[in-house]
Amino acid sequence: MFKEDRFLKKIADFCISKSKDLGSTSSNVLVMNTISENVNIRNKKLDGSERSENLGVTLTTYIGKKKASISSTNLSENNLTELAKRCIDSAKVTPEDEYNSLPDQELHFNGEKNLELYDNTHLSNDEKINFIKEAEEVAFSHDKIVNTNGSGFSETKSNFILANSNGFSDGYKTSQFTAYCEVVSKSNGSMERDYEYSSKRHYKDLLTPKQIGESAAKLAISKLNPKKIESNKMGIVFDKRIAQNLLSTFASAISSNTISKGTTFLKDCLDKKIFNDQINIIDKANIKKANGSRYFDSEGVRVEDLQLVKNGILKDYLIETYSGKKINRKSNGRSSGTTNLYFENGDKSFDQLINSEKKLLYIKETIGRGANIITGDYSVGASGVMIENGKFTYPVSEITIAGNFNEMFKNIILADDLEFKYSTNSPTMLVNGITVGGK
Amino acid sequence: MSSFFKNTDLNLSKAEKIVSETLNKCDDGELYLEDTKSESIVLDDNKIKSSNYTKDSGYGFRAINGDVVAYSHSNDISEKSLKNSSKNLKSTLKNSEGIYNSEIKKTNQKFYNDLDPVDEKNLSDKIKILNEINEYSRSINRSVKQVTANFLGERKNIEILRCGGELLKDSRPLVRINVSVMVEKNGRKETGVYGVGGRQSYDEFLKNDDWKKICDEAYRIATTNLESKASPAGEMKVVLGPGWPAILIHEAVGHGLEGDFNRKKTSVFHDLVGKKVASNGVTIIDDGTIDKRRGSLNIDDEGTPTEKTVLIENGILKNFMQDRLNARLMNTKSTGNGRRESYKHIVMPRMRNTIMLNGNNTQDEMIKSVDKGIFAVSFGGGQVDITSGKFVFSCTEAYEIINGKIGSPIKGATLIGDGPSSLKEVLMVGNDMMLDPGIGTCGKAGQGVPVGVGQPSLLIDKMTVGGTQI
Repeated sequence: MFKEDRFLKKIADFCISKSKDLGSTSSNVLVMNTISENVNIRNKKLDGSERSENLGVTLTTYIGKKKASISSTNLSENNLTELAKRCIDSAKVTPEDEYNSLPDQELHFNGEKNLELYDNTHLSNDEKINFIKEAEEVAFSHDKIVNTNGSGFSETKSNFILANSNGFSDGYKTSQFTAYCEVVSKSNGSMERDYEYSSKRHYKDLLTPKQIGESAAKLAISKLNPKKIESNKMGIVFDKRIAQNLLSTFASAISSNTISKGTTFLKDCLDKKIFNDQINIIDKANIKKANGSRYFDSEGVRVEDLQLVKNGILKDYLIETYSGKKINRKSNGRSSGTTNLYFENGDKSFDQLINSEKKLLYIKETIGRGANIITGDYSVGASGVMIENGKFTYPVSEITIAGNFNEMFKNIILADDLEFKYSTNSPTMLVNGITVGGK
Repeated sequence: MSSFFKNTDLNLSKAEKIVSETLNKCDDGELYLEDTKSESIVLDDNKIKSSNYTKDSGYGFRAINGDVVAYSHSNDISEKSLKNSSKNLKSTLKNSEGIYNSEIKKTNQKFYNDLDPVDEKNLSDKIKILNEINEYSRSINRSVKQVTANFLGERKNIEILRCGGELLKDSRPLVRINVSVMVEKNGRKETGVYGVGGRQSYDEFLKNDDWKKICDEAYRIATTNLESKASPAGEMKVVLGPGWPAILIHEAVGHGLEGDFNRKKTSVFHDLVGKKVASNGVTIIDDGTIDKRRGSLNIDDEGTPTEKTVLIENGILKNFMQDRLNARLMNTKSTGNGRRESYKHIVMPRMRNTIMLNGNNTQDEMIKSVDKGIFAVSFGGGQVDITSGKFVFSCTEAYEIINGKIGSPIKGATLIGDGPSSLKEVLMVGNDMMLDPGIGTCGKAGQGVPVGVGQPSLLIDKMTVGGTQI
């Protein structure tokens, strides 16, 4: 059964006070309960169902500037005492690190919690099956959809308490409903797969089964019988689901951790122009019901809204306590990463964007992790569709796209079609001068 | 005797009763119990950045009827929790009328010792070595600006309780040591990463100052990359070095030969058994029985003894890798490839150590035969689309080949190929088979499991190289 605040708080308090008794000078503890139920179907028939219940604790103890952590799923007082002891013994033999500390108390979150991140709705297994079965039925109504890779629906509910020895103790419930449908299309010896999914904090915000099934089918069919094209330097239009990855790479290159170590191509770029004038990047923590919204980060620090890039100029970093100290900056609540990160809309419509050159390549999928944030080099496998004179003409696959973010960022042009589908979101994006590796 | 019911309200016979009563009308299933302790100690930016210790135990209760799998897991090993799971399983598999398949092979095989890497060496000794690694790496050359090093250690005890009371056990050690070095020269930065690991004690890798070789190798790769020029783009001949580049095999054919994708007919290989899928001379096996290797297992996570499974023999597709579920539905036997990341995860057919066996050519012959191409020595990760067969892997150390000679190092690039056709493009198979250094983790459907790869040098007629130079 879902554990309530009082239960989690009791364990957190026990860990904090036990650590103090055993000799820690400060401590931090996370107690988290997650219950998740999934159903998977295949070819419109039940394939499997899974229920998982996780309850765990992670404790970090400090002895002055020495630190160590433990985590466990056994929450008996005997076990917790033993682990706290082990944690403190480990801290004792760990060398001092001047930057180790809990966050400043004045940065602790103490505001209202009104973002509606929890939806109490519970769907029975049959309701979940029916939802996703309908999506597959819609997909299968297309002749060229011959198989599924499996489709599923999951409902996850979490509750947690984060506490530290400076008096912070808070937590909240979240929910996540996810439906996905992955189908296989076949025609003339060519077989392709693609998917659509929807993942929201509130059940009512999900795409409908029909929208999910229809989109998955169309995407899979549009990839059939692809051609390989000649190697060339050209303009690439990134579909929104890929464009967001470039934004995530940007985020990892401006975290205080990479900045402080110098292991990023964006070191020493603060207040410098890294994009063109039209580009603005925001990380907004307090959008109601949004996937990336949170009240505080994994250290209990409140999350402010950040304008990371203004008119193409890098204005801020993503900062947590430890590495923030190395660069003399206070945490802005990003120890858990970004919240709702997005490019603001550009001023071109999607149609204007795809008509901006005679020949463009529209990329719908990339494969491989080809972003090197130290050098800024980018090289991934890709597939997509050719755009000629503003018309989508034929699918393309087994190609690579490569460039360097320093140049690519300056060449980004954005459409005006931003939507908040993921926690990181971008409008459709055009980047000129990317190398396509093909025949 | 089971060690899992100490300090709980369960004992073996109570648990067995719940298991048998739940599964007796199912086709298959088991109660999987797991107790894992693990540690991660990270040195970064001249400091011990983190020292984490994790103790996790729990169970996964699985019931299978036909092709439907019901799974329930919890970290609360108690009678109430187990009965609750049993109820969940039964409600999914309404009116199950299966006949339990109680057949499972027995084994005494042992490919690694029952040892505990986490506790057999104390934390201060590990921290001391990490600090030595940091100092040594920084002393190699003044261009070294950053060093990250970590120790990852784990001991996982598992027990599998089947309907009828059969109990199968394994105890698995696993360690990994990684070093990453960033060098900077004339404003240019590059990294080199190297690591070692396997199912043994840390000391096996640390004795005789062997850890210095890890640092030296990371530094060598980083320095090589400092001199690298833009990589070419387009189709060309590729020579792969021995060992870790076998990621190619893992991605190009390995995943596509896992039983689940073939039963579901979503793999490009599903109708190719007995057919030619690779050049003559190409033989690929998946071997869970190599001593102390990262991908080896005494029994898999369903209790089946592992084996040496021939996947492709002299170019002909012979077998898929199977767990019990997919084997039963395809009228064959499990090959001992049923694996799961932990008790929180369902079983799937997964690779162990996937290896291409030796041929007759030398690496020299391969390089000499290439007019224009690349020589790829070290790789980061890879990925594959099972359905279209397209796969990628990214080089972290590569050189151009011009007129039969190795030229300048080139920047890391992604290579893309087509699984079913790329192994037919193999022109030469080397005689220098090597296993990887023991650092691979394979991801599938959100689950990571330790794996190994191995291959001799290979010459591939054409692959598309994802550089920036046309």
